[in-house]
Amino acid sequence: MPTRIQKEARKDTLLLNMGPSHPAMHGTIRLMVELDGEKILNSEVEVGYLHRGFEKICEDRTYFNLLPYTDRLNYVSPLINNLGYVMTIEKMLGIEVPEKAQYIRVIMSELSRISDHLTCLAAMAMECGAFTVFLYKVKAREFIWDVIEETTGARMTTSYIRIGGVRADIHPSWKDSLQKAVVETRKVLKDVDGLLSKNKIFLNRTRDIAVMTPEEAISYGWTGPCLRSTGVYYDVRKAHPYLVYDKLDWEVPLGERGDNFDRYYVRMKEMEQSLCIIEQAAKKMPKSKGPPSLMAEGIEPARAIKSSRKKRVEERIKLSPNLEGSERAVYKEILTDDKRYIIPPKESTYTSIEGIINHFKFFMKGHGIRPPKGEVYFSVEGGNGELGFYVVSDGTDKPYRLHLRGPCFHIVSAMESLIQGRYVADVIPTFGSFNMIGGELDR
Amino acid sequence: MREGSFFTTKFNHILGWARKFSLFHYPYITACCGMEYMSVACAHYDLDRFGAGWTRFSPRQSDMLFVVGTISQKLAPVLKTVYDQMTEPKWVIAVGACAVSGGIYDNYAVVQGIDSIIPVDVYIPGCPPRPETILNALIKLQEKIQNQEQDWRWKKRK
Amino acid sequence: MEEKKVIELLKKKFLGKIKDVSAPLGDETIVIESDSLLAVCSFLKSRTYDYNMLLDLTCVDYIGEEPRFEMVYHLFSIPKNHRFRIKTRLSEKDLSIDSLTSLWKNANWLEREVYDMFGVNFKGHPELTRLFMYDGFEGHPLRKDYPLRKRQPRIPLKE
Repeated sequence: MPTRIQKEARKDTLLLNMGPSHPAMHGTIRLMVELDGEKILNSEVEVGYLHRGFEKICEDRTYFNLLPYTDRLNYVSPLINNLGYVMTIEKMLGIEVPEKAQYIRVIMSELSRISDHLTCLAAMAMECGAFTVFLYKVKAREFIWDVIEETTGARMTTSYIRIGGVRADIHPSWKDSLQKAVVETRKVLKDVDGLLSKNKIFLNRTRDIAVMTPEEAISYGWTGPCLRSTGVYYDVRKAHPYLVYDKLDWEVPLGERGDNFDRYYVRMKEMEQSLCIIEQAAKKMPKSKGPPSLMAEGIEPARAIKSSRKKRVEERIKLSPNLEGSERAVYKEILTDDKRYIIPPKESTYTSIEGIINHFKFFMKGHGIRPPKGEVYFSVEGGNGELGFYVVSDGTDKPYRLHLRGPCFHIVSAMESLIQGRYVADVIPTFGSFNMIGGELDR
Repeated sequence: MREGSFFTTKFNHILGWARKFSLFHYPYITACCGMEYMSVACAHYDLDRFGAGWTRFSPRQSDMLFVVGTISQKLAPVLKTVYDQMTEPKWVIAVGACAVSGGIYDNYAVVQGIDSIIPVDVYIPGCPPRPETILNALIKLQEKIQNQEQDWRWKKRK
Repeated sequence: MEEKKVIELLKKKFLGKIKDVSAPLGDETIVIESDSLLAVCSFLKSRTYDYNMLLDLTCVDYIGEEPRFEMVYHLFSIPKNHRFRIKTRLSEKDLSIDSLTSLWKNANWLEREVYDMFGVNFKGHPELTRLFMYDGFEGHPLRKDYPLRKRQPRIPLKE
């Protein structure tokens, strides 16, 4: 119960509850405001309505099994959460990822980032009344999700980025669908820019509303587009470069005033930069050395298993369609060489004793990925800012403690001070520009 | 009019037809499935062509509750309040594994399925379910509405 | 390097309070006594060293060891682009530590979260109430002796 505001409120003011289930609160968060007419005197934010016990449940799952839980944290950009967790574990284990897998990871992260910004701005614009913008952006997001679905198999919660690399090679026809997604997104961004950036109504609702100074933003622990809109140059991809971001040529857009409009504009510019990164990464990606994935060819697994008892099987084996893209021929390009931390390719599991042993040792209880005792902190640039993972390991196959540094936790903690003295109608675009994602805020 | 006579069954049929094609839904969105709900409501997988396009953001004005996403223990009384505020006739669709049975979260913080709080008509599995699955569930609900015994206001409640 | 200078100066100023200095996997870490936390953090936040952002604040429960809880703070300096980790141990009998709300504003919510999940008391916090769990919730969920599947429903559930 927001008790502080109920105790402190004056008798002649109105206490308005913008409750957990509210159209303008993206996800579940409760905002109680004390009103004098339309002016906000005091407010209190109550969070925790989507607390799903992520940190506790991670102590009960092995390092490999808890990958799907990380997808559901910042659910509009799931691949970036995957990446953050996986790179933390890779730092702890000290393994290197092949170059093609790094490029694939960069492309997937940037596609996720674009879909995150599209969703945030679509919802923010819809609440200000611009419903067309919402429809246009969700349409562009569908094309991006088509590209992700072709390679990973799922639109949203993919669990694609694995410890040691990625789960499967990129789809053979990825260039066409990527081209289509990029072209459509550029068109939508241009349309939306024309609709909103110089629109008097939108400017009246967002310009000079909820202004944040750089010093206060740093004191609140803001990172990401919200911090960059105040003018502070801090992007994890430039400050602590990971994957191949330092080999690509791109810029970090900065805002000036730190108001709602700047937070919107920085996100629009960041989407354009992400498209540049994707195009460069697509050109620079190393070409595929293995044969193209043709699942229909090959001998049946049962026959292969039987004939492997006599001699080594050299022919192709017809695998299940779920394993498309992760055949033995492409394994070297997408996953690391260290056999202790990856699932062996199915062909060697079927036909060789070493493959079966590797497979069992990976999945057996008490075995599998067992990092050395110690702790590690690693962060990536998520859609909202610095997404950090702090992992404490005690040498067993389950993490002893896993803590998530969620960027929007710090951003929303500044909400009460930002809306003080403003009107009720200002709460809506302010909250929309924060991009609060319940899964990351409440864990 | 006797129960089961020609006029009452025909009236039942017409009332069912009218109700199923003009569903006003209240999307009770909490988590990841909300993204798939957004896709369903927009241009690619249009919800409006089934008559259920208008999102009513008030429980008093809606007759279908879409429970989308995980319901935590903290949120359970709010869901019950929202359901109680809806007027009859009302239907509930539980979208996603978390609303159906708690999903992958079997712990202290999550309600293991919303049917321990409110009665549910259609369950949609998936994590998250594809938009076509949600549309399929809507069609199933429409069949259910057509074939159920309609709630007439002037009939005495037993 | 800049970071080594900071650690040397810290060692000189807080003689006896710093118990351990290490750099596992490249992250600079120091372990200090719990009563010198506020002094160390104000020293690091000052203009010369400029660790201006509190990245994260969390707690780890080492059940079976004494002292049982360990507070972990991650500081970050944007101008110097350097991260710093501070750890301190708290025993179960005296589970309280100074609050950092006077230095960084996001410490408010971070400390409320640690209080909610572990039960650590922060001296000087303006409003130490639960953040994630509801009023009436008994216990502190992230402690190791709290079972994962314990059900504490807020309203009576059917079946």
